[in-house]
This record gives sequence, C-alpha cells and structure tokens, in this order.
Amino acid sequence: MRHRSLLILTTAVAAGALTLSACGSRGEDKSGDGSKATVVIGLDAPLTGELSALGQGIKNSADLAVKNANKQNEVDGVTFELRPLDDKALPNAGQQNATKLAGDKEVLGIVGPLNSGVAQSMQQVAQSNGVTLISPANTTPDLTQGKNWKKNDRKRQFSTYFRTATTDEVQGAFDGQYAYEKMKAKTAYVIDDQKTYGVGLASSFKDQFTKLGGKIVGTEHVSPDDRDFKAVVAKAKSANPDLVFYGGEYPASGPLSQQLKDGGLDAPLMGGDGMYSADYIELNKKAQGDYASSVGKPVEQLPSAKKFIEDYKAAGYKDRYEAYGGSTYDATWAIIQAVKQVVADNNGKLPDDARKKVVDAMNKVSFDGVTGKVAFDKYGDTTNTMITAYQVDNKQWKARFSAEFEKFDKS
Amino acid sequence: MNELPQQLANGLILGAMYGLIAIGYTMVYGIVQLINFAHGEIFMVGGFGALTVYLALPPGMSLMAALPLMLIGGIAVSVLVGVAAERFAYRPLRGAPRLAPLITAIGLSIALQQAVWKWYPDAKKARVFPQFKGDAFDILGATVQRGDLFVVVAAPICMIALGFFVSKTRSGRAMQATAQDRDTAALMGIDTNRIIVLAFAIGAAFAGVAAVAYGLRTGEVQFRMGFIMGLKAFTAAVLGGIGNIYGAMLGGIVLGIAEALATAYVEFIPGMTQFGGGAWKDVWAFVLLILVLLLRPQGLLGERVADRA
Repeated sequence: MRHRSLLILTTAVAAGALTLSACGSRGEDKSGDGSKATVVIGLDAPLTGELSALGQGIKNSADLAVKNANKQNEVDGVTFELRPLDDKALPNAGQQNATKLAGDKEVLGIVGPLNSGVAQSMQQVAQSNGVTLISPANTTPDLTQGKNWKKNDRKRQFSTYFRTATTDEVQGAFDGQYAYEKMKAKTAYVIDDQKTYGVGLASSFKDQFTKLGGKIVGTEHVSPDDRDFKAVVAKAKSANPDLVFYGGEYPASGPLSQQLKDGGLDAPLMGGDGMYSADYIELNKKAQGDYASSVGKPVEQLPSAKKFIEDYKAAGYKDRYEAYGGSTYDATWAIIQAVKQVVADNNGKLPDDARKKVVDAMNKVSFDGVTGKVAFDKYGDTTNTMITAYQVDNKQWKARFSAEFEKFDKS
Repeated sequence: MNELPQQLANGLILGAMYGLIAIGYTMVYGIVQLINFAHGEIFMVGGFGALTVYLALPPGMSLMAALPLMLIGGIAVSVLVGVAAERFAYRPLRGAPRLAPLITAIGLSIALQQAVWKWYPDAKKARVFPQFKGDAFDILGATVQRGDLFVVVAAPICMIALGFFVSKTRSGRAMQATAQDRDTAALMGIDTNRIIVLAFAIGAAFAGVAAVAYGLRTGEVQFRMGFIMGLKAFTAAVLGGIGNIYGAMLGGIVLGIAEALATAYVEFIPGMTQFGGGAWKDVWAFVLLILVLLLRPQGLLGERVADRA
C-alpha cells in the first residue's frame, strides 16, 4: 500500500514538473523576422457559456481594432496580433488566462475581462508582471478606487489596471436618479445576485434612490444560477413596488422579469449594463417596458461610432457587438495608441522594457474613440461618465435618455 | 396580501418537478445501490430532446399540439442516454468496489454536459424553450401559470402509472424482488440485467417528463441545468427515503415547499432577518434534510434495512 501511494506521488510530481517546464519554455524560441516586430494583445472574456453573447461581442470588437491598426499601419514597424482566451466567466479561469498571457513577453496588454469578479483575480497577476490590463466592461468601483471608496477614502489599487467603462457608483446613482425623477417611481424592490457587480450596482442604486426621497420596500438576494424565482416573485408582489431593480446579469434577470410579470406584478424591471443585451429580450417574453442602463451613449447615435458600425458589419462577424462593442474597440485602441507612443519615443523601435513604458503611456492616452473622448483619471477609470437609459420597446432596446453623471463628493 | 397560498403553490410545483427527477435516483439506488450522479444530465438531455422536436415541427403548429410529440422526444432521448449509460458505463463495473461506479457517474455527468455544450447548436448559452401563451389561472388565491399546469397534471399520472406497474405487473414484481435480493431473484429465474435496464429506463423517462416541465416553466434549457436540479432531486430522494418511489415524490414536495417557505418567512423570525430570503433557501433545505436524517436516518418513508453482507 505504501509503495503504491509513493508511486502515485512520484508520478504526480513528475507530471507537474514536466508541465511547468513546458510552460517555461514557451515563447522563448520565437524570433521575429527582423523587419516587423509583433505585439500581442491578449483578450480575456467569456467566449462560451451564458454570458457569451457579450463575450463574443467583445472579442470581435477587439479583433476589429487590431485589424484596423494593421491595415492602416497605425504603428510603423509593428504588427498587432490578438490572442483571445475564454474565461467562462469564472475567476480562476481568468487568473489562469492572465498568467498564460503574462508569461509571453510579446504580450504588451490584455483587454478584458467582462466580469468584475473575474477582474479581481486577474489584477494581481497583471500587476506583478507589469502588463497593462484594460477592461471594457468592469464597473465595480473597488477595482480602481479600493473598498473604502464609499467613505471617500479613494486609493488607486493597481497601476496597471484601466477601464473604459464607468463605475457602478456612477451607473447605480444614475439609475436611482432616473427611476425617481424620470420614471416617477416612488417605491422600489431591490434584488441582487450576490456577485461583486450585482451587489455594488444595487447598493449604489439604493443610496441614490433613497437620497432623493424614494422608498425601498424590500430587498432580496438570489443565486445567479437560479432560474426559478417564484418564491421571490410572491414576496415582491406583496410589497407592491413601482419598480423592481435588479443588480446582476441577463441570464437570470430575463427569467426573473418574466416570472415577475407572470406572477401578476405590474412594475417594470430595471437593471444595469449586465442586463443590456439582445439575449435578455430573447429569453424574456414579457420584457416590454423594462429598463437597463449602459455605459456611454448608444453607439448608434454617435457620429464617431459610424465607422465602427460600418466596419463591424463589413467584417461579417457572426455575433452582434452588444453592450461593450464600442468600449472594447476603444480599450484595444488605447493599448495600440500607448504602443505607438512608446515606439515613437524610442526612435521607431520597440524598447526592451516595453511593458512598463506602455503602462506609463496608458495614463497619458487621449484620443477621440468610438464612445467619445478616451482618457483615464488618476485611478485608471475612464473620464467619460456618460450613461444611457434604455427601455424595451417592441422587442428592441430603445435609448430613452443619456447624460453625463457628475461624480458626487469627488475631490 | 396573504402570500401563503402562492408560496405553497410554488413549492408544490417545484417540488413535483424535483420528485419526478428523484424517482430516477431512488429506483436505480433501490436495485443496484448506485447513486447515479449523471441523472441530472439525463434530465438535461431530455430538455434538449424536446426542444429539438419542437424546432423540427412546422413553425405554425400550436404548442398544445406539439407538446405530446415534444414529450415523446424528450423521453426518448433521456431513456436512450440513460440506458446507454447503464450498458456502457455502469455494467462493466458491476462487480467493482462501490466507489468506482460513483466516480464514473460523476465523470459521465461532466462528459454529457460538455457534449451538449460542444455539439448542440447554440447550446453554449441558454436556448429558448417554447411557452404557453395566455394568462395565468387563479386557483385558491394562488396564481398558477399555464405551463405549470403541465407538471401538476403529469406528476400524479406518472406516479399512479408507476405504482400500478411496480405492484401489479410481472416486471414490476420482478423489480421488487431484485431490489430485495438480486442473487435470490436471479436464482428464481428473473433476468436481473433486464430489470436493471428497466429501472434506468423508467427513471430516465421520468426525468424526460420533468425536463419538459422545466422548459415550460422557465422558458429556457441550458447545458448546466442538470447540475442544480439533479442535486436537489438527489436530496429529495434521500429526504423521502432512498429506494422508496413514493418517498422520492414526497421528499421532492417537502423540499420544494420548504424552499418556498424559507424564502418567504424565515426573515420574519426575530433575530433571523439576515438568514432569510432567496439566498438562504438552499441552506434551509439542507438544514431540513439534516434534521430529518438525524431523527429518521432512513428518510421519511424509507424502511430500516439491515446491512446486507
């Protein structure tokens, strides 16, 4: 018996060592052809699974940015390459992907992830490897400003982390204000999915809604894997709110909204950017009248986005660009611009410590992107705080109201 | 508004669905003492089977007319996968130590999930399942959806048919005999291999019915749906007394109602506010399971069995 367990142990250790050494040797034996340097932009998003509608939109939009950069020779002497990896919306998969990408020294930046919870596990990896991580979709304030942001004790968490999506502090507050002032809702029932994103969004909504004079008539938490919300629906119905607010994503909120209305509650469901997806309407036969906010202005309304939409159509991608198409394009373009700056500063060649220089250049990036002006503040957050409220009308999301939301109490 | 009737109805409907799946766990365990952890996935493929039939039918067809065909499709796929699992995964391990088939079951469960994920068109995200149009019914102060009526009707019919089969037919009695003592049953001339296949097939058929009910209720099927539902149904089977078919249904209903009531009322118990609501319902369901097993280790309807050598 003892012999056998020893044998197993030895095999496991040997296998582990072999795998590790195999990892270590990757990327060493590649040599450029001398004339053109290759810069790899990594991408991490849920390419499969329930959130894949958003993830595929992210991948395609980043791909489009890379292709455009190569086509118009944006950075002389540099060819960009996109390396997309699937995180299945799982934090540990995101961490593995970040490790894998950071291990390749050709990777100068990573676009992604979609989920704030995944970002938490990737940030440290990116930081210790000094590689830029830029998310088109993370909205949890903690990621950039630390967990004491509510007490106005804000501190930048990671010098390598940036995002082109504005925070839930802004978005949830926008939702609260919109619900109270534009929808004239006086009472709200708040449900969240217990994930980083959902809880943060719901709490910002609550703060703003009550601050303006609205009343929270009940709160409830559900599991993001649940599809049967009948028990919660019965509770919400007896609270009889003007509005149900959901902090979470469309795979759960689609069935939730339908079951709320099936259960006889005559109030719209409102959510954040995690709900702003065409799949929400597909999964929910009673989506009519529901609201979702999303970061930035509707891409379709922006003159700056016209070219993006045309290019996206021309490229013939199978999936729609969804909520984060524009912000992903901008995030990818920000890395490309940073690389351009670094190359220009180094007499047209890629320097040896390119990663560090790209991070420095990211802080100073400023250009007119698809979603508007792209630049980052001292926390790594986007300076663009534009939010739009959408409503489902005739099986489509229709933009109802856009505004720059002033950040409160921000020094 | 009094929400008690609504919560009881919700619990009953959800519980009946758990119960239908739990039948599969309990029958297979009763006969081969195997916990078939792939049963949740057999439920899941049934949902995709029914969806496939619906998509193959002419688009204008009413759901009412399509439902019998979808039911047949769902059951057929579930039974096919269930029987194939028995034949190719479990039978070769019949004489092996108990852990071997258990681990095989877990592996099979992952394999089935990944197979659907990989090869079913667009199954990488949730697929939309057809639902009945029209308003809900008001029954004794509870709102019941049209789709939910399906399980309300189907579950009792299935249970009556199963009860009749087990107690009145030759095969049913052979099944009881095999459950009591497989070796002696074989000596009496019962083809125990056939009985085992039959147990897997019946369990899978019930899972197929439950899958159609699930689709009608939630409006979607997805490759991961078998995991949670399978776990809950397994809990229901243990709660009711594993090996007992009526116990499985009773356990399912008790579990469903416990979940609904825990969501609605635990937070009103003084000092328990933070333990209430939808987030804690699973915790309460398992607290109930532990309590029942402490007081009645054999489950609600289970019989105390002496350990067979």
